[in-house]
Amino acid sequence: MIALFLRDLALAIRAGGGFGLGLAFFLIVVVLVPFGVGPERGILAAIAPGILWVGALLACLLSLDRIFALDFEDGSLDLLATAPIPLEGVVAMKAAAHWVTTGLPLTLAAPVLGLLLHLEPAAYGWLVLSLALGTPALSMIGTFGAALTVGLRRGGLLLSLLVLPLYVPTLIFGAEAVARGAAGQANATPLLMLAGITLATLALLPFAAAAAIRINLR
Amino acid sequence: MDLTVQDLACARGGLPVLEGVSFTLRPGRALMLRGPNGIGKTTLLRTLAGLQPALSGTISAPPEAMAYAAHADGLKPTLSVEENLRFWARVFGQRDIARALDEFNLTELAHRPAQNLSAGQKRRLGLARLLVTGRPIWVLDEPTVSLDAASVALFGAAVAQHLRMGGSALIATHIHLGFEAVELDLTPFRARPRAMDRFDEAFA
Repeated sequence: MIALFLRDLALAIRAGGGFGLGLAFFLIVVVLVPFGVGPERGILAAIAPGILWVGALLACLLSLDRIFALDFEDGSLDLLATAPIPLEGVVAMKAAAHWVTTGLPLTLAAPVLGLLLHLEPAAYGWLVLSLALGTPALSMIGTFGAALTVGLRRGGLLLSLLVLPLYVPTLIFGAEAVARGAAGQANATPLLMLAGITLATLALLPFAAAAAIRINLR
Repeated sequence: MDLTVQDLACARGGLPVLEGVSFTLRPGRALMLRGPNGIGKTTLLRTLAGLQPALSGTISAPPEAMAYAAHADGLKPTLSVEENLRFWARVFGQRDIARALDEFNLTELAHRPAQNLSAGQKRRLGLARLLVTGRPIWVLDEPTVSLDAASVALFGAAVAQHLRMGGSALIATHIHLGFEAVELDLTPFRARPRAMDRFDEAFA
């Protein structure tokens, strides 16, 4: 299983692997927002937690359809399904590799981009913490969506429609945790809810995704 | 390990294509599946490999005993020949890839990215994967597509070597591979269209 994780990382980093796509998109969104809403400090600071979370979420969404589609097209998925690794393990490793190449860079880049949006100084720590807690859930839910749509031609649209509603709770609690942190209020509850969502998706969705792949390979 | 298939029926896209398939494959033997296009050779092989459930019938060997190779080779274009093969070796818990590279004459290409290989070279790399699975029953779907005569000979030698070491092979192919093998024509097993008893079955 480690081999699969390392292979996916190597594929993402090499030419055409899509590493940096999500990061570039996140950068573009956050840079464009001040042009759209105006450079006024108060407004930007008020919407910064939401914009940063929405940007991270959409950036995550961009690379989802690659998770299984390429492996399906070149036959790797058939071979992985007949390999001694359980398919649940394959799904978990795919999600982990997606998080390391997408969620983790987004989490690390977010504070720098927060600067462009006049994010309150108190909120930087909460921003990184909430993204670190929440982006694994985005990767896992996205992997589940990719498993459901694997084998469909142009499944990207369906994938987005399936996944976006599932992303909403993560977005609400993530942005809320940062906003409360910025206002100096207690934000333990949204952070705990965020951690709970992530743990629940990590525990349940590998099994659901593996079952979806088995059906799609028939 | 013996592979005994009894009264197997399998379906493609929800429609039965084969029924009543029975054969026994013993260690050291190869079985060639013959039959016209669309008869269900690929469907049968995918069913045996555990990628889809059988409609009815029994398969004695578990999917874990089989190494499956299909039309697609499962290669990553940006990884080198050696990296592709080493990945599959690690997935199957094996270490040695030198023999596989050597038997399929890939040693000189080891560091070339798979995207720069010709179709035949890719096919050879896909077949070399079989050697690093360490599994006794090879289940191969049209393994000689895009191979030239010399490569077919290499492949035939690799299968013969596998059979000598106590393995077995089930191969769907249209050509002769140069070693002794039993042939099984699937034409008599074509599934008869069934009358639908109930309206709902049309959507099952």
